[in-house]
Amino acid sequence: MNGEAERGKVYWRKNLKLVLILLSVWFLSGYVLSIFLVEPLNEFSVGGFPLGFWFAQQGSIWVFILLTLVYARVMAKFDRELEDGDEVSS
Amino acid sequence: MSILAWTYIIVILSFALYIGIAIYSRVRTTAGFYIAGRGVPAIVNGMATGADWMSAASFISMAGLISFMGYTGAVYLLGWTGGYVLLALLLAPYLRKFGKFTVPDFIGDRYYSDTARMVAVFCAIFVSFTYVAGQMRGVGVVFSRFLEIDVNSGVIIGMVLVLVYATLGGMKGITYTQAAQYVVLIIAYLIPAIAISWKITGNPIPQLGFGSRIAAGENAGVYLLEAIDAIHRDLGFPEYTAAFVEGKKSMLDVFAITMALMVGTAGLPHVIVRFYTVPSVRAARISAFWALLFIGLLYTTAPAVATFARVNMIQTLHGEAYDSAPEWFSNWEKTGLIRFEDKNQDGIITYSGDKDTNELIVDRDIMVLANPEIAKLPAWVVALVAAGGLAAALSTAAGLLLVISSAISHDLFKRVLKPDMGEKQELLLARLAAAVAVMVAGYFGIHPPGFVAQVVAFAFGLAASSFFPVIILGVFSKRTTKEGAIAGMLSGILFTAAYIIYFKFINRAAGPECWFLGISPEGIGTVGMLINFFVTCVVSRFTKAPPAEVQQIVENIRLPHAARD
Repeated sequence: MNGEAERGKVYWRKNLKLVLILLSVWFLSGYVLSIFLVEPLNEFSVGGFPLGFWFAQQGSIWVFILLTLVYARVMAKFDRELEDGDEVSS
Repeated sequence: MSILAWTYIIVILSFALYIGIAIYSRVRTTAGFYIAGRGVPAIVNGMATGADWMSAASFISMAGLISFMGYTGAVYLLGWTGGYVLLALLLAPYLRKFGKFTVPDFIGDRYYSDTARMVAVFCAIFVSFTYVAGQMRGVGVVFSRFLEIDVNSGVIIGMVLVLVYATLGGMKGITYTQAAQYVVLIIAYLIPAIAISWKITGNPIPQLGFGSRIAAGENAGVYLLEAIDAIHRDLGFPEYTAAFVEGKKSMLDVFAITMALMVGTAGLPHVIVRFYTVPSVRAARISAFWALLFIGLLYTTAPAVATFARVNMIQTLHGEAYDSAPEWFSNWEKTGLIRFEDKNQDGIITYSGDKDTNELIVDRDIMVLANPEIAKLPAWVVALVAAGGLAAALSTAAGLLLVISSAISHDLFKRVLKPDMGEKQELLLARLAAAVAVMVAGYFGIHPPGFVAQVVAFAFGLAASSFFPVIILGVFSKRTTKEGAIAGMLSGILFTAAYIIYFKFINRAAGPECWFLGISPEGIGTVGMLINFFVTCVVSRFTKAPPAEVQQIVENIRLPHAARD
């Protein structure tokens, strides 16, 4: 029983760490690159896009989509580890 | 065939499809009515969430707003997609694991208090009604422009349709109709965008097209965005891609609005409740991804549409003689949404950033709807856009109506006023509540309060400053108490509501120089949210810790154990 509670704690910590990392990327893309640094970034262009403008109106949205995919995939892996551990101990 | 004939054919076919789906998926249980019996596949839920979320505002108004705002339009793009990251990572899996029916359910149980539940019911109903009024109005506008029926009859047709499928099928009917509506609306959005992108730049992918070079005409070979910046300079507007220049919003304001929209999105009950409908926690996470992907498809296309529409509009009108103005101009002129005032009496349309010499007044809402006509696309494409606009408005209205009806029948009656009510009675009450809600929404659609646009800021600000902090803390901090949550929700809402009411209704003359830190009423939800967080945490620290069984609930929702719930 103790093992199960312990694994639950480990699972929760791993979850928090993952969320923290992904939200840092979320903030970096959605706020730092798209808003705070938009003017310096606009000095550079990718194709016909000023870079900061591109992050604000295109890039960040793709980053957001990717973040939710990574979260779902990695959490599914954590779930499996947790369930496997539970089966062994019970 | 004419645009009108095409529109009738496409709209009637799409309506027949929605009704057919509703009859096929009608329900007999409250679980079916509120949460579709938890049997919705993740990808279908993703589509339904997309349609639920993308309202008449996203479909009809957003690209038009961006078209006039340039860079600053990113507040909508970032705000309304970035909120899904918060939703996916911080809310959806836990609320699914919690596994009840509504948002007030969670607040009431987690904070062991019917007072907290009532505050949540009030917020859910208020937020949803403000939203739904705008949707019914959108339905009316599309009907009147494209089917040449008057706005009021349009609203009534929309009401009857939503009434049939929302009361018959509940959440299940709504979910499958919304999935179909997503398909209709995304096709309707993408086809004209692709056609216009191809026409202007030779690149059929709009997301790349608006960063490409113009294919033909006087600016051939110039990057589209450079051309539009140059046009803006010539006409005296701030450059399209420039960020915080004179005439645009400040950095802090852009930040605050983006944050308020993001957090508001994550706090909107009709979006949150969608994640109750999937079979497991894992499905909730992946369905959040599908939802954002489907939404992102439209949201990455919108800024391209905005740019194309801007260039097209200016190039086809500026410097043209009024007498030889294109046909779409006179079509829309009849609606009063575009106007020409010949100030210098030369008979030529002059468009300018200078208020004194500008002769062209354009309502932002027409940009998406008029875009296919401006680009001279075939009649069936124009008709498709009308069907898409209706799909967007109806799907969102239906989702909101379900939140209202479940807040009344489930949270208010079943959980507080009449707990001994049987399943059959509750289901009947839910249907009645939905029917009444449709009538009220229709009334507001026909007699719109003059402040629909202002009220949207209200809905997001309230959602951001009330629900979001207490749900997050409810999951991530076991120490958060009912006193903390109630105090936090009330202080967040009251602050935000007071600020918006003051600047939007009481003292409308007070401009940006009077705003707190220069933050506009649209962005003040961010401050309200911070106040809510702060108050909730401080009050929780000084009140008695939640009872053991509540702490056990929190422990429990943190672990997935899909097989055991």
